[in-house]
Amino acid sequence: MSNSNRNLKRIQSSLVWRYRAEKAFRWCGVVAVALGLLAVLALFSDIIIKGKGAFFATYMQFEVTYDQELLGIDNFADDQQLIIADWESLYKSALRADFPDVRKRADKRKLYALVSDGTGYDLKARLLADPKLLGQSEIIWLLADDDIDTYFKTLLDGNAYTARLTDNQVEWLEQLDGTERMRLQFNANFFNRGDSREPEQAGIKGAVIGSLLTLVLTLILSFPIGIAAAIYLEEFAPKNRWTEFIEVNINNLAAVPSIIFGLLGLAIFINFFHIPRSIPVIGGLVLAVMTLPTIIITSRAAITSVPPSIREAALGMGASRNQMVLHHVLPLALPGILTGAIIGMARALGETAPLLMIGMVAFIADIPGSFTEPATVLPVQIFLWADSPERAFIEKTSAAIMVLLSFLILMNISAVWLRKRLERRW
Amino acid sequence: MLGHKQLQSAIISVSLLLVGSAASARETVEVVGSSTVYPFSTVVAERYGRSSGKPTPKIEATGSGGGMKLFCSGVGTNFPDITNSSRRMKKSEFDQCQRNGVEEIIEVHVGFDGIVLANSVAAQPIALTRKDIFLALAARVPGASDGQLIDNPYTTWRDVNPNLPADPIEVMGPPPTSGTRDAFVELAMEGGCQEIAWLEALKESDKLAFKIICHTIREDGLYIEAGENDNLIVQKLQANPRALGIFGFSFLDQNADTVRGARIDSVAPEFESIADKSYPISRPLYFYIKKAHVGVVPGIQGFINEFTSEKAWGDEGYLADKGMIPLPQASRRTTAKNTRGLVAMTGDEALK
Repeated sequence: MSNSNRNLKRIQSSLVWRYRAEKAFRWCGVVAVALGLLAVLALFSDIIIKGKGAFFATYMQFEVTYDQELLGIDNFADDQQLIIADWESLYKSALRADFPDVRKRADKRKLYALVSDGTGYDLKARLLADPKLLGQSEIIWLLADDDIDTYFKTLLDGNAYTARLTDNQVEWLEQLDGTERMRLQFNANFFNRGDSREPEQAGIKGAVIGSLLTLVLTLILSFPIGIAAAIYLEEFAPKNRWTEFIEVNINNLAAVPSIIFGLLGLAIFINFFHIPRSIPVIGGLVLAVMTLPTIIITSRAAITSVPPSIREAALGMGASRNQMVLHHVLPLALPGILTGAIIGMARALGETAPLLMIGMVAFIADIPGSFTEPATVLPVQIFLWADSPERAFIEKTSAAIMVLLSFLILMNISAVWLRKRLERRW
Repeated sequence: MLGHKQLQSAIISVSLLLVGSAASARETVEVVGSSTVYPFSTVVAERYGRSSGKPTPKIEATGSGGGMKLFCSGVGTNFPDITNSSRRMKKSEFDQCQRNGVEEIIEVHVGFDGIVLANSVAAQPIALTRKDIFLALAARVPGASDGQLIDNPYTTWRDVNPNLPADPIEVMGPPPTSGTRDAFVELAMEGGCQEIAWLEALKESDKLAFKIICHTIREDGLYIEAGENDNLIVQKLQANPRALGIFGFSFLDQNADTVRGARIDSVAPEFESIADKSYPISRPLYFYIKKAHVGVVPGIQGFINEFTSEKAWGDEGYLADKGMIPLPQASRRTTAKNTRGLVAMTGDEALK
């Protein structure tokens, strides 16, 4: 009697301590989650604050005259004429007309530097699209140079950055701004152009298409092979040392650092099979090899989770093993397999290390049109921009990160949705 | 629905087709090499692509050494056409090229790049000599008597030179894999090293020992390897006004509001001072062309013509706007003539 009383007392006295320990433990969890959220929040707000500027570009209003004599064009069908024509004279004459006091050669150069140096080509494209403009003049908004863009954006924020400009240039810009001829406009170039070394002309379309081509190939190669391997290992393979050995290897491969796959691609696909560097074919092959283990592992997990009763019922009804797998097990496991594939693809989308070895970390200005044209991918584009000296690339870098993140979030959400929507609980 | 056999054969034939078509002749010029020349090479490539309407040359930044290795691997469309380099081709690389059948190589010296030591504009401007730099950053420095070496004991700039502030030495710079580091060590450290009499004498008698002393940077934490990304160093300098950073001139040019270049041997790092070579830490930039590829891969001739045109590499050309320091006009003229005439290296050049 006294013994159990003592025990009860001991328990009661320890109770306070145990409650406190539990509370502390729960607090640790809350703090951990809060720290994680804080880090994500800091990262996202930093990226968004730095990158939001990239979605707008500075434009300046000028009157451009498509002077036939200045250009030296009389026949639009003559390619040679179009190449030789002095397209830059179009915006240069417009700038001169607005600032007639600028006479010295050095000053004129500074004046022309106000607008983006791709403007000549832009005006050429405009004229070719609408030949009736020849001989006419129009008031048009011209894309500003990146230094001007930085100046104007910092001016709007209250503290103008003029270190890259001369006093004359600042004066001209103040004049333009004073007459409402400078404005920010949605930066469409960012979404429908390829890479450029001029920040104001650089866009992510080349990288997005490159990523798309590479991922399509990765999916085409790794998805069927991965499922076939998973089905064989789960449904047909005998359980012996060999299959165990293979299983261990697959699990190991899933944890191998991705740069190793790049070295493998360099040694086998480029040096042995002589596939050219830098094209989506080689990128797709390397990334497919990289994502295979992930797809095999998740597919096997999905196939095992289909209850044995379904297999037994199918076999009992007289189905062959082949039919049992293809008609029953595979369709039921498919949501799980797809989820795994999407997550594998998302990982492949964010990968740069294996691509370094196979030449996809390169400056490629043209937007790739096929699997065999040089291409780069989104994360590589981010890396290249982050490394560029021009400060206007800082905002481009953050904006490209936003685009990459939204693709990744989209893919992960669709994986979650697929699982919620299609997966069956047994 | 497709049968499995059909599906299989379709996949195989598609992949064969892809690989097959890719392995045939190349339309795009392939350039590899130095990440220092990369920002200039890419601008030329882009301008050439836009003005000619031909495919834009593809530029990979593999580093000078990596580029040479790829370039010298052989002749044929699987090998690059041009390699960029932030130093001259080495004798060993030239021989490697010859062995692999890359016999005719055209060397083009395009300009210069300055390397700057900079600190935040929030800090006091600083002026250093190359000797100060050597004494502050070398792993081992001369001791009390000639011929004696001690582990670098200096922790503040005043320890190095009484005229300098008493701030702690804290320098952020590139890792050993970087070409910028190679050039910095060779030009700044070695330059300072030579100002010490017995070390200069050592250079004559034992070149290897001299190099080991002059080229080894301290590893006790006062020199911080900050990665290959120069933008990162600029950002770190903003956050830490006491530190100095080592990076390329174009990054100083772009970030003049946040960082300020140190005067070296009382010369400030400016466009003009690097061009007339009064600023001591500048290095030559090169690219090398495989003559056997000219005319086979379309666009090589056009690309090199664009690169060697006055509007690109001239005193007022667009490369100067990007921070490259041009050659003197006379050398530009002869180089352009030789390059366009595809005059190959003879092997008698003073290669190291």
